[in-house]
Amino acid sequence: MTDTIDAPAASPAFIGSRRVRREDPALLTGEARFTDDLVLTGALWLGIVRSTMAHARLASIDLSGALEQPGVVAAYAGADLEGEWAAPMPCAWAVTDDMKNPAHLPVAVGKACYVGDAVAVVVAETRTAAVDAMDHVVVEYEPLPVAVDLDDALSDRNVIHADLGTNTSYTWVLSPEPEAVDRAFAEAAHTVSEDYVQQRLLPSPMETRNVAVVPAPYDGDYVVYTSTQIPHILKVMLGLTVGVPEQKLRVIAPSVGGGFGSKLDVYAEEVLAVALARKLGRPIRWTEERTEAGTATIQGRAQHQHIELAADGDGRITGIRVRLLADMGAYLQLITPGIPLLGAFLYHGCYDVPAYAFECTGVFTNKTPTDAYRGAGRPEANYAIERAVDALAAQMGVDPAEIRRRNFIREFPYSSAPGLVFDSGDYEPALAKALDLVGYDALRAEQERRRASGDLTQLGIGLSTYVEMCGLAPSKVLASLNYSAGGWESATVRMLPTGKVLVITGTTPHGQGHETSWSMIAADRLGVDPDDVEVLHSDTAISPLGLDTYGSRSLSVGGSALWFATEKVIAKARSIAAHQLEAAEDDLAFSDGTFSVKGTPSRSMTMAAVAYAAFTAHDLPEGVEPNLEAQVTWDPPNFTFPFGAHVCVVEVDTETGSVRLRDYVAVDDCGNQVNPLIVEGQVHGGIAQGIAQALFEEAVYDEEGNLRSATLADYLVPSSPDLPSFRLASTVTPSPTNPMGVKGIGEAGCIAATPAVINGIVDALRPLGVTDVRMPASPWRVWDTIQAATGHPAGDAAEGQQPAPDQPARDQPATDQPAKDQEVPT
Amino acid sequence: MQVSMTVNGGAQVHEVEPRTLLVHHIREALGLTGTNVGCDTSSCGACTVHLDGEAVKSCTVLAVQADGSEITTIEGMATAEGLHPMQRAFQEQHGLQCGFCTPGMVMAAVSLLDEIPTPTEAQVREGLEGNLCRCTGYHNIVRAVLAASGQALDDPVSVGGAGA
Ligand code: FES
Ligand code: FES
Repeated sequence: MTDTIDAPAASPAFIGSRRVRREDPALLTGEARFTDDLVLTGALWLGIVRSTMAHARLASIDLSGALEQPGVVAAYAGADLEGEWAAPMPCAWAVTDDMKNPAHLPVAVGKACYVGDAVAVVVAETRTAAVDAMDHVVVEYEPLPVAVDLDDALSDRNVIHADLGTNTSYTWVLSPEPEAVDRAFAEAAHTVSEDYVQQRLLPSPMETRNVAVVPAPYDGDYVVYTSTQIPHILKVMLGLTVGVPEQKLRVIAPSVGGGFGSKLDVYAEEVLAVALARKLGRPIRWTEERTEAGTATIQGRAQHQHIELAADGDGRITGIRVRLLADMGAYLQLITPGIPLLGAFLYHGCYDVPAYAFECTGVFTNKTPTDAYRGAGRPEANYAIERAVDALAAQMGVDPAEIRRRNFIREFPYSSAPGLVFDSGDYEPALAKALDLVGYDALRAEQERRRASGDLTQLGIGLSTYVEMCGLAPSKVLASLNYSAGGWESATVRMLPTGKVLVITGTTPHGQGHETSWSMIAADRLGVDPDDVEVLHSDTAISPLGLDTYGSRSLSVGGSALWFATEKVIAKARSIAAHQLEAAEDDLAFSDGTFSVKGTPSRSMTMAAVAYAAFTAHDLPEGVEPNLEAQVTWDPPNFTFPFGAHVCVVEVDTETGSVRLRDYVAVDDCGNQVNPLIVEGQVHGGIAQGIAQALFEEAVYDEEGNLRSATLADYLVPSSPDLPSFRLASTVTPSPTNPMGVKGIGEAGCIAATPAVINGIVDALRPLGVTDVRMPASPWRVWDTIQAATGHPAGDAAEGQQPAPDQPARDQPATDQPAKDQEVPT
Repeated sequence: MQVSMTVNGGAQVHEVEPRTLLVHHIREALGLTGTNVGCDTSSCGACTVHLDGEAVKSCTVLAVQADGSEITTIEGMATAEGLHPMQRAFQEQHGLQCGFCTPGMVMAAVSLLDEIPTPTEAQVREGLEGNLCRCTGYHNIVRAVLAASGQALDDPVSVGGAGA
């Protein structure tokens, strides 16, 4: 898995520069078209009637009232559509041979299994007619007992899918040497045993999901416009589920307003829109309301984590045991069961740990299915190990930075106990840089002063080092994990007769700026200006080969495919140039877009001239085809392993529990950077989402399985005053496994930030006896935790001293709203 | 009901249902789809436009309430000379990623500088509180607004761009 590729020799002119994005003018002026912006003549609007109960038999569904409404064209219950499906909704990752996967239909038949489960659909001439008519669908529910709490669901007290006989979907075990783990714990000088809760999160891209399907009834074609991260994968899955021949499907992702994993899925509405376009012979479109998205779009995290560390007398970790309970929700979506496994290999973090045992049980609950959310499994893993390492440091009285240094992996490539080979790394310099930047020693001194003086505002310094696996993925590794697709990526490079360049990529950017970065790569390689390179993507008719964008894979896999495609183009161009210059290929040098005869630079031919010669085909070498184009499908030899160190400095008001983010320093190493401007933007956004999990966000369910925080008024996506500016730096440790030495940066911030914040809060409050605080660490929770730790349980507290733990909401008074509590460091 | 308004400098007269929100009127009747809808609780600001010179969330206003008013949407910001300085600052500072929040964010930011021509970072953050962005963590949005206000930023400078 460690095949090494030589780094590029040519001196890059554009790669590495802070080039602004070519995508921006269209987005900044309103010219860009998102799915809901499309004008589609004659389109019908789809409305989805959703279950208002978490678990209920659908005793009857009366559509007659809806059908009488003006503008209504059709209405269907689940049973009316059963004949439309060639297969149930897809789950592409059977993590174990005996994994239980209930049949999941786009519209429920017989019973609903979560609030938001589709139970009927209405099709109408206008959006408002569809919305109005939905109120006239009468559904009679017979409530069934619910399984909402994860432990309760595990007990099988109430089984959701009776035919499965249990709520347990699977138990997946990774325990290469169980005896070694037992020995490590038996011989340990120190052990820690910790339990953490990863709360459910709503991914919340600012553009909700949208889909529009335009059929050509006589030709049999369907054009599917959808706000997705995965047009290519979706095309395959639509073919399989709706039974439309795949070659008749064209999937286009127009401008997509963020995804964060939530659009890495195959959704009921996409499947429905194709089926209804087929059934009714007219375009069908659907736009998700924000509040609807709360339950209709997959959710993230939702795990109970148990982690144990064994360490020797010096604090060197000798063994790790991890047990997870992962909440699947009511059904398995595209990769629901595999999400915890994406973290399964990384619970030892950046540390050299010889013995490792991991086990995860996936459990069904009467809630919206979970699936990928930024980081997908890796934020959870990093949270657990970084919290646990801090616990070990505290137990031993060792500085958290020192305990990390004692355990860092130092030799690369590194074969990890769970079975990965880390490509490259250099962890200590990243940590040292972060500590230096944040002024670690001075902060510890200030912390000491505040502790000694009993300051009501305590200072906390939260460390988080991380390593992640990106560049999904070597297809053979995916096979060994039972994942039913590969991990390759495709790129095509075409020299146009005028010397301009067309790049076609199988990656599908939705905010990551691939058009800009890919044009920089092609420009450097081919010796043209980036503005002369057009980058096409996200349309399966234009880019038929691709595996899309997620898992920080696009640059390391798709960018590498592009690099190799330019290599092929240059090779062909070289043979044409050699022929025309009457020189041997080996005697030609290629730089700055020109082939020249070594030693006689006046004998030369530009790439543009070669492209024109290839186009006219008047005088090509024997056996060389006309035109200058190459396509490459590249399968990475290994994952890439970006890493870094983040430090979050917090001030905690011990009287109110409010947390102020005083400073945030991030040092990330994603290998070589193609465009540092874009790298930094990715880090900023990731940190914000990581902080959001730590302090603000939670999908709150009540005991009946109702989502209490579905709206953006209740679900606290941070706004600008909630966050500080971030101080960023980087180190550069190239990956040896791809030609540009790149690693990936899309998820790093989100992986690092959450434990940095919570470690900071716990660090501030440890002298008070606090060892944990549940996320999101709202002022009330922090205050309650302090009360409990100091022997004043919440109930004993003076009335009115702290607001009750109501649902958070944007419009509540500042004391109850973490959003308003934080000042901005200047 | 008939409503007439001046939108991006041009007169617009349309029949609307009384319940039509201004944002839907702008997007559907006027075909100006740069103004986005990100929520149903007036929380996100993606729909922000200028109504008689003030930034408003156009999902909180009925089309009929805007009768007789002057409206500027994101489509009205760039001119023949190129992008509005705020748009250019957003590009130069990488203040957008997916771009969905961006039209509303730019409209809010322009109106913020109308009120406070040289804001502090804290004032920028407070001023944009009603506009949510899920991609940028606000860091570069704040920088863009500070840059557009003519304040020097100490960090590295980007290269290229529509204005360059
Ligand atoms: S659409 Fe969210 S505030 Fe108007
Ligand atoms: S740029 Fe994507 S929401 Fe702001």
